[in-house]
Amino acid sequence: MAIARQRNVAARREAWAFHMFISPWLVGFLVFTLLPVLASLVLSFTKYNVSQPAVWIGLKNYRDAVTVDPTFFLALKVTWIYSLASIPLQLILGLLIALMLNADIPLVSVWRTFYYLPSVLSGVAVAVLWTLIFHPSSGILNNLLALIGIKGPLWLYSKQWALPAIVVMSLWGVGGSMIIYLSSLQGVPTTLYEAATIDGAGAWKKFWNVTLPMISPVLLFNLIMGIISSLQTFTSAFVMTQGGPEGATLFFGLKLYYTAFRDIRMGYASMMAWVLFIIILVLTMLVIKSSSVWVYYEGAVKR
Amino acid sequence: MSERTTMVSRRLLNHGASAKLARPRWYEGQKASTLLSRIAIMLLLFAGVVVIMIPFVWMISVSLMNKAEIYAVPPKWIPSKFLWRNYYEAVVTIPFMKLFRNSLYVVIGRLVGTVLSASLVAYGFARLRAPDSNWLFVVVLATMMLPSSVTLIPQFILFTKLGWVNTFKPLIVPAWFGGGAYNIFLLRQFFMTIPLDYDDAARIDGCGYLRTWGQIILPLSAPALATVAIFNIMYSWNDFMGPLIYLRSMTESTLALGLYFFRGTYNPDWNQLMAISVLLILPMVAMFFFAQRLFIQGVVISGVKG
Repeated sequence: MAIARQRNVAARREAWAFHMFISPWLVGFLVFTLLPVLASLVLSFTKYNVSQPAVWIGLKNYRDAVTVDPTFFLALKVTWIYSLASIPLQLILGLLIALMLNADIPLVSVWRTFYYLPSVLSGVAVAVLWTLIFHPSSGILNNLLALIGIKGPLWLYSKQWALPAIVVMSLWGVGGSMIIYLSSLQGVPTTLYEAATIDGAGAWKKFWNVTLPMISPVLLFNLIMGIISSLQTFTSAFVMTQGGPEGATLFFGLKLYYTAFRDIRMGYASMMAWVLFIIILVLTMLVIKSSSVWVYYEGAVKR
Repeated sequence: MSERTTMVSRRLLNHGASAKLARPRWYEGQKASTLLSRIAIMLLLFAGVVVIMIPFVWMISVSLMNKAEIYAVPPKWIPSKFLWRNYYEAVVTIPFMKLFRNSLYVVIGRLVGTVLSASLVAYGFARLRAPDSNWLFVVVLATMMLPSSVTLIPQFILFTKLGWVNTFKPLIVPAWFGGGAYNIFLLRQFFMTIPLDYDDAARIDGCGYLRTWGQIILPLSAPALATVAIFNIMYSWNDFMGPLIYLRSMTESTLALGLYFFRGTYNPDWNQLMAISVLLILPMVAMFFFAQRLFIQGVVISGVKG
């Protein structure tokens, strides 16, 4: 009895200490995350410009997005096209570079340094730099293209080429995902490759049946991170094109920013934030659901 | 999965102590075809490095050019004369030192808050049991998936009502409340690799939880804390949207936002714009070269969490 009670006291004291230790996070979570998430849901049903009190307008914001707002679907489309182009390119290019770095070549850490370097730079500085690189006449890109006889497009000034330009720029930061692949590749046990060699597997079969399954958890991680970040793209478009020309780079995150902080339409912007939230949630859930088919967890029967 | 995480963290814990395996050099004892393919790979990688470095080189080059050279067609690669004066002119056009100090202030304010609060919270999750500790940790992990735009507007309204707009408080204060789910996760993973014997020994010596955290766990976690610190510094220094929303004037802005204001309000020439850009990225490039190991470690841990 006495021992049981003592144990109980100790457990309660430990639980109390636990709550004390996590209290900074708990308070922060409530004040800066949970409440804002709920508040933005409520705000999405209102008209609100901060200086006057919010007015409840029911589903009007949502209805307007579908029926009245000419750029709502445009912004979704731009973001969607960008994501469909940049996520696979990032995944594949990052993996290719990592595979090359993992091919038992000398000075891996030096190569790795160069490829990762652009990922540590400020987004504004990168966007400003690439604005000049894409400059139709003074930029180096078109001048390099001219060297091999290609007349470069107007890039950021062209309705057709502005979005591809931002995709190209995003590939400069491919080192971020590359480095995650590389560390995962380095963790694949060499015994697996040796066994595959004995079984007569060629390079392609080894990649397909050993490497790819072994790094699939990291592929999943990079895919989810890619979805979350590319759907929220803001800085590059804001600095380089302000959404132009003619809305060709009006990313959803950019339109959200303009709606909230230029037009001060907090209700409508909150509606946009929630639409984005739900899109990201659904996509992430779908990817995670599908992962039981294509992601291999070592030693795990089923997660 | 957790096993691999542990492995990585162990490697973190006794970094540098691991013995080097004696392996043949890359060119030794290879078939000619293997050797050839490796050389081909290196050539490809080298081409990639050239492509990646061109923007850097050109950025520095433009920052030293005179006005005529920037718009020369075909463009000049190397300025005829290195105009270091561009830097001086750009720096005196904007209140550079003020902006630099502002950035530093935000970086340090966030850094201290993040490291302190994230390590406290992570200690709680790694070492202390309570009936609700598991699902609370699931909540921590879930918040990592939350897009920031969904909390942005109410946070802005909250800070507006508090009168915090045009101060650094909206940028710094939230960092003191948990320091970010990702950092909590990373530190908890690391703390869990520290043997419980240390905690037991401390308890026998009469240490409470707080002293165990401060005198046992933190000193043993220096590499993980350094990793958290370095990513935090990088994030705060480069952050653009936060300052853009909360800071309204040039003199009160951070350096990253200052570059944007500089372009918008002064309509400067590209050489001066590039000069400020170089100065903006320089601290991060320097930090990256000096603390590369920590960067790679951080990425490694984040990737393995799957």
